[in-house]
Amino acid sequence: MFALSSCIQGGQQEESSSTSVLVRLFVLSCLSENQELRIMAAKPKLYYFDGRGRMESVRWLLAAAGVEYEEVLFQTAEDFKNLIKSGKLMYDQVPMVEMDGMSIVQTRAILKYIATKYNLYGKDLKERAIIDMYVEGMRDLNDMIMFFPFSLPEEKQKILNYILERATQRFFPVYEKALKDHGKNYLVGNQLSWADVQLLEVILMVEELKAGVLCAFPKLQEFKARVIKLPRIQKFLQPGSPRKPPVDDASFEVSRKIYKIDKNFVLKHMS
Amino acid sequence: MFALSSCIQGGQQEESSSTSVLVRLFVLSCLSENQELRIMAAKPKLYYFDGRGRMESVRWLLAAAGVEYEEVLFQTAEDFKNLIKSGKLMYDQVPMVEMDGMSIVQTRAILKYIATKYNLYGKDLKERAIIDMYVEGMRDLNDMIMFFPFSLPEEKQKILNYILERATQRFFPVYEKALKDHGKNYLVGNQLSWADVQLLEVILMVEELKSDILSAFPKLQFKARVIRLPRIQKFLQPGSPRKPPVDDASFEVWRKAYNIDKNVFLQHM
Repeated sequence: MFALSSCIQGGQQEESSSTSVLVRLFVLSCLSENQELRIMAAKPKLYYFDGRGRMESVRWLLAAAGVEYEEVLFQTAEDFKNLIKSGKLMYDQVPMVEMDGMSIVQTRAILKYIATKYNLYGKDLKERAIIDMYVEGMRDLNDMIMFFPFSLPEEKQKILNYILERATQRFFPVYEKALKDHGKNYLVGNQLSWADVQLLEVILMVEELKAGVLCAFPKLQEFKARVIKLPRIQKFLQPGSPRKPPVDDASFEVSRKIYKIDKNFVLKHMS
Repeated sequence: MFALSSCIQGGQQEESSSTSVLVRLFVLSCLSENQELRIMAAKPKLYYFDGRGRMESVRWLLAAAGVEYEEVLFQTAEDFKNLIKSGKLMYDQVPMVEMDGMSIVQTRAILKYIATKYNLYGKDLKERAIIDMYVEGMRDLNDMIMFFPFSLPEEKQKILNYILERATQRFFPVYEKALKDHGKNYLVGNQLSWADVQLLEVILMVEELKSDILSAFPKLQFKARVIRLPRIQKFLQPGSPRKPPVDDASFEVWRKAYNIDKNVFLQHM
């Protein structure tokens, strides 16, 4: 930008004032186009805590879309507070993703934007409705798993049982049936969509709670094996990818103390 | 359909078999088109309890879109159980809306479908992202208000204060600022969208809790403007599908009839 403005100033010395105005306007318009291109070409930037939480689904979806991104991971409570003070968070909440000149908040708004932009949202309105129905159910299951570390020690077994019961009685049967009924490789429209990426994410997370949870779901087992082999998914599952590990009790206690996090904090500051 | 099939049979007697096959295929394709048209032309059918809950946003949006609809309102726990048994509910949950040949569940899926179909979702991807950000915040506030009747008597004042604090500190300032910054009549893209309808719904519900809640938000007098739109006016008339707020007496009756506590609610809605 400095080089360009000195060129503008240099140009002014040589030419008539109206020509120099034209030159300046032209250069400025190029600048804005360049800026626009830079904004559009810039990698998305994800702002969140250093953990899965609600941002993990965004990491998965960008990976499936083959989009490289950067992350700003809060290391202290101060980091998060400063972001709030910056005014970039519409509701003082994260996840937030800077992309295409916007600071998008609300996980669903972010995911929908990415899914649409990268053609992972079906081919028409009806396919989108079906994808929406599927991913909303998966989100419910995701949320249960996300809140699980916050449960009191005496409740943990009961809540774990509840999560596994919901997974195997309410949610997995729906997706098993869908795959069985149409016999295609993907949940909707015979092509990879947000629903497939979300389903793989959820399956892997439930399996972390109970390894054999897919034993009664042959179609889901095949689906998992198939989708996991896709190159972009493979890349995301390699060590060193942006994928975050599950919560382990020790590090959770550390985070909880640093951020003074309890379930209310999560509900207040994470959407 | 019976008239048409007797026509097909009548036609068969007259013509050669290949022509009659063609005739039959033609008539059948017309039939499917008619069925398709009938499905598309059929009014949406809303399945829910007789109350606002999560379905109220759907009623508002269809009204704003000028779409007439029917409602199946459960009168007993049996009604709801039978619907579950029918297999029409993907996750055994309501709201559910039958439209365009689908049984759509999950409130957001329903609302997005309607918003897109009736051009209330902005003109491009970026406007949609902004609308999404707005309506998701409004949904959070909606949910707080929706769960409020379930709170224990000793918690009610505290929760009410919390709802009003969230409304005036977190949510309303965002929409006030948006309207102030661009100075247009609607939240996004200078035309009515799902975000405006949702905002009006939320404002009216918060006002039911505290009537002067908008006193610090001059731009949210947007309410006065949107309320005057003919379709909105129609929805606010007595006799419209709009449901009344929960009153404690009827809530207790309803709660006992359905054996509902917050967990049941979360499980089935």
